[in-house]
Amino acid sequence: MQSPDRHRRTHPLLLLFAIVAVLAGFLHGSPARADRLEELAGKLAAGSFSQRAETAEAIAAFGDTRATPMLEALSAGELYARKDDGRPVLVERAGDGYSLTDPLSGESLGEAGRRDVEKIKVNNRVRGAVSDALTALRLFSPDRNVRMSAAAEAATSPSETMLAALRRAAEAETDPAVRERIGASLAVSSLHSGTPEQRLAAIGELSGSLSNTVRNALRDLAADPDTDAEVRQAAEAAFAGIERKRSLIELGLNLFQGVSLGSVLLLAAIGLAITFGVMGVINMAHGEMIMIGAYATFVVQELFRTFLPPELFGLYLPTALPVAFCAAAALGIAIERGVIRWLYGRPLETLLATWGVSLILQQLVRSIFGAPNKQVANPDWMTGGFEIVGGYVLTYNRLYIILFCFAVFAAVVLVLRYTPFGLHMRAVTQNRSMARTMGINSDRIDALTFGLGSGIAGIGGVALSQIGNVSPNLGQLYIVDSFMVVVFGGVGNLAGTLVGAMTLGIVNKFLEPVAGAVLGKVVVLVLIILFIQRRPRGLFALKGRAAES
Amino acid sequence: MRLESETRAPLLGVKGWAIFIAVGLFLVVAVPLLNALPPSSPVHVPDYLIPLLGKYLCYALLALSVDLIWGYCGILSLGHGAFFALGGYAMGMYLMRQIGERGVYGHPILPDFMVFLNWDSLPWYWYGFDSFAFAMPMVILVPGLLALVFGWLAFRSRITGVYFSIITQAMVFALMLAFFRNDFGFGGNNGLTDFKEILGFNVHAPATRMGLYIASAVALGAAFLLCRFIVTSKLGRVLLAVRDAELRVRFLGYSVTAVKLFVFTLSAVLAGIAGALYVPQVGIINPSEFSPAQSIEIAIWVAVGGRATLAGAVLGAFVVNAAKTWLTGVAPEMWLFFLGSLFIAVTLFFPAGLLGISSQIRRRLARRPAPALAVEAKDA
Amino acid sequence: MPDGMEPAMVEIDATQRGIQTGVDARAAEPNIDRHLYLDGITVSFDGFRALNELSLVIRRGEVRTIVGPNGAGKTTMLDVITGKTRPDRGSAVFADKHDLTRLDETEIALLGIGRKFQKPTVFENLTVFENLELALKDDRGVFATLFSARTREKRRRMGDALETVGLAARAGDLAGDLSHGQKQWLEIAMLLVQDAELLLLDEPVAGLTDAETEQTADLILRLAGERTLVVIEHDMEFVRRLGARVTVLHEGSVLAEGTIDAIQAHPRVIEVYLGR
Repeated sequence: MQSPDRHRRTHPLLLLFAIVAVLAGFLHGSPARADRLEELAGKLAAGSFSQRAETAEAIAAFGDTRATPMLEALSAGELYARKDDGRPVLVERAGDGYSLTDPLSGESLGEAGRRDVEKIKVNNRVRGAVSDALTALRLFSPDRNVRMSAAAEAATSPSETMLAALRRAAEAETDPAVRERIGASLAVSSLHSGTPEQRLAAIGELSGSLSNTVRNALRDLAADPDTDAEVRQAAEAAFAGIERKRSLIELGLNLFQGVSLGSVLLLAAIGLAITFGVMGVINMAHGEMIMIGAYATFVVQELFRTFLPPELFGLYLPTALPVAFCAAAALGIAIERGVIRWLYGRPLETLLATWGVSLILQQLVRSIFGAPNKQVANPDWMTGGFEIVGGYVLTYNRLYIILFCFAVFAAVVLVLRYTPFGLHMRAVTQNRSMARTMGINSDRIDALTFGLGSGIAGIGGVALSQIGNVSPNLGQLYIVDSFMVVVFGGVGNLAGTLVGAMTLGIVNKFLEPVAGAVLGKVVVLVLIILFIQRRPRGLFALKGRAAES
Repeated sequence: MRLESETRAPLLGVKGWAIFIAVGLFLVVAVPLLNALPPSSPVHVPDYLIPLLGKYLCYALLALSVDLIWGYCGILSLGHGAFFALGGYAMGMYLMRQIGERGVYGHPILPDFMVFLNWDSLPWYWYGFDSFAFAMPMVILVPGLLALVFGWLAFRSRITGVYFSIITQAMVFALMLAFFRNDFGFGGNNGLTDFKEILGFNVHAPATRMGLYIASAVALGAAFLLCRFIVTSKLGRVLLAVRDAELRVRFLGYSVTAVKLFVFTLSAVLAGIAGALYVPQVGIINPSEFSPAQSIEIAIWVAVGGRATLAGAVLGAFVVNAAKTWLTGVAPEMWLFFLGSLFIAVTLFFPAGLLGISSQIRRRLARRPAPALAVEAKDA
Repeated sequence: MPDGMEPAMVEIDATQRGIQTGVDARAAEPNIDRHLYLDGITVSFDGFRALNELSLVIRRGEVRTIVGPNGAGKTTMLDVITGKTRPDRGSAVFADKHDLTRLDETEIALLGIGRKFQKPTVFENLTVFENLELALKDDRGVFATLFSARTREKRRRMGDALETVGLAARAGDLAGDLSHGQKQWLEIAMLLVQDAELLLLDEPVAGLTDAETEQTADLILRLAGERTLVVIEHDMEFVRRLGARVTVLHEGSVLAEGTIDAIQAHPRVIEVYLGR
């Protein structure tokens, strides 16, 4: 896959850039740096509006978050100043006068009469400066996420003040991810200022980035008629480069999504491939086996919540696997013994009878658990995901499901190929009467095969509970798709099922952006119907006598 | 031997005609008369029963269409709801265009849902549906063409048995997804509803409803005779032969593809007509008619009545739907249990259905073994 | 050259190329009326070669018996001729103009090739009469079939066929109720009314009583001359009774061809039949 490589390449570059920006900040210096915050605050009340705005900018560049409440009050027009010393104060009505507080330290400054204080007036220019200053201050917030969003926001209103604040923030930042984001914002901000040479340098440094902000900034710069032609060309080229990289990453991501959907389909279809492909039995209740598996997961989760300490909660999922397998397998065996056994050789009747079973199971679950969706929580180790690069995230639950699905597939192949049960099963499939004469109990094999197929569907239900809601008609959502996988891949062939599931998953995901989710699905179904024209027995059809029966 | 002396098997036996006429008279003459009686009369048929019976008649026609291909030709379509719904949508489009300015938004041409979606003109496929004379051929053509194309693709590549069932299910599923979309132009989720008039008559007026009910009964009767004509012809024997040993029929020189395509298309047209009669009586058509569960339910009506007996399909549709109406009213949560059990019981214990039970008994009295209902191709 | 008079047996062995030319030479002879000509037919199923470069000429009006051990490819050969199986290579030419490998079952049947299956295959849910009606030579179109009437002429032809096979009394019974032998006969009657010019009979006397076997042999001999018959049979007595030219298939190609006596004396044939 493309993305992790990209991640490794981009990351150090941005880091380097951040360091450069920090150094630049040192060399430039800042007029407000040496002043104490209190001194700056004292200047707020004095002078003209434009001086007031400059002071706000200076406070922002100072980067002390203590200024935040004061600036917020100023922006809201609620900051007052003492007439005698011009010191800004927060006021609260107390009797006839006001009680005053220092906006920076929050300490009480005693009482004052109404005429002793006066509101610090603001206009739009001041408000704008204050708002930028607030953003700049949020760069220094103790909360990492606030810093992250402020860094992203900073790039949208580039100014000298913001640049200064960003440089200081880059210097102070310890979190690498935030530092990276700040570095990017710094570069974006510097696109709009400085000599053409400096801007060209900034473009050069940004051309490796993938973030939306950088991309938009470059696009705007390229379209800005006031900009130097050379700079615009460079921006244009850098923009095109970013677009290319992004489309590559999106391709990779689509592929990932496709494989992820494919593995969900595969989990749903493996069991079907066994019961339909190997035994020739159409089990319309197969989807309900998935549903039973999902509800088994839900029950296990509730039991863990109720009876076990929370630190063991993450273990409920591994526990649910055997439970779901056994529940679905037992049910499958019961269905085989009770219904399907009497209908061998009558596939259409089997189809109808198992549809009946499916209706009963759906209603049964609805009666027991209720119709509304049930939530199954992801354990901690499955939540979140890792960000490959600027905004592109691979979620852990999808990743685990892909891995899990391939593990299940491998296990099934191994069971069929190397265990005595697998051998017997294949023997019964190929020649029932011959297998019987060899002493194989074909009834037992039928039941166990059906149990295996159903059990795997149950396991599939565990996985599906991790990516969606659990509801009584969960199985119905997958039944048509999983039949399509088996029909497409070719009956009686697990490799075909694998390829079929992955192909359908990927094609679906690639059609989605073009045709929309629903229409994409319709297109896939139509394609399958057309595909069956050319290969009525699927991708990996068996040839010869066995296939003609 | 009687068979050998006739040029053609009779459409119905004497007893068959007697039952056909009796049922026909009851539905077309007796029910309206009983409806006209004063409500105080013990045998009065209340107004609300008329569209309900009309609905059952449409279902019976739908069941007949499925029986023709499944019972006689072994083609189990799990997508017949699609043809029913397409016929219904064609009728629904006509009814929508009749609303005119009486809609909520009062637009002279655009149906309400299009105004709601801010469309400024009628999509091309809605043209002409203001005319009854245009809409009615569409009721036949749209399902017929879909069946023709789909059937041609499927039968020519010899997709049979459960494969065919599965892809018909996929077809109806795909159509459902498409019709659920607003931009598909058929009202999305809500479908087409709030009808006012059909041919200038108020669709809610009891007289109109009676007219629609009688039209449904006549359509069912005509379709029944048409199907009888087919199954008693030599083609009917070819259908049975295709059902029992398709390959053998090919070796006799019949084009199985053409035979199947003919009955499948005809069956789709019958289903479309059923849908068109259904819509004005229930007052709505929406994408849920395309749901695979609806389509598969038709098969159980036929199986309950008895496959390969046209009367059985009609009987089964009435029995199962009456049970549904009653049960969903009394104990809705029991309905799926009942329906599910019905699927299992009919396939396991009563493969010949209601009509089959009596003939099974008769055959047992005559000491003749019952022919197998589903005989697999023997020449594999 | 009349049957049975040919002194030399053409030996066919997969390793000997000479035989191939022998067949080709016969095929190239202009005065032979080739009704069916198989040329180099190969069919493989998942790596197993059911037919291996099979070449064979059947003359018009000939009765040809095909023998061979199980798995020799006899039924597969009929499958190729009737269009059920497409060969990987080779051609099957009917009446010197139709390449059967390009046609489907229906088209091949309409050319006048009829087949009786190894297991008797009749329509069990139809009466004996109705089975014949379906087989009767007639317009096979969908609408023609829908409006088809049982004319006096048609009834007469079906009646004749039923008389021939002795099933006239069972005309109204379900074919499923017939005995095994009667089903075989019904299938033969179906071939008769189908008016096929090339009849492919796969084990026509399997499961028949001796008397029935004899009757079948008589029927086949009566048909010879006006129709071409290819008979697959295991029963050597029956083959001998037909007195026709015999082709031995082994591992998908022709092992030997000639009179029954010559075949039974042939060392390779003995080895194949007894050496297993």
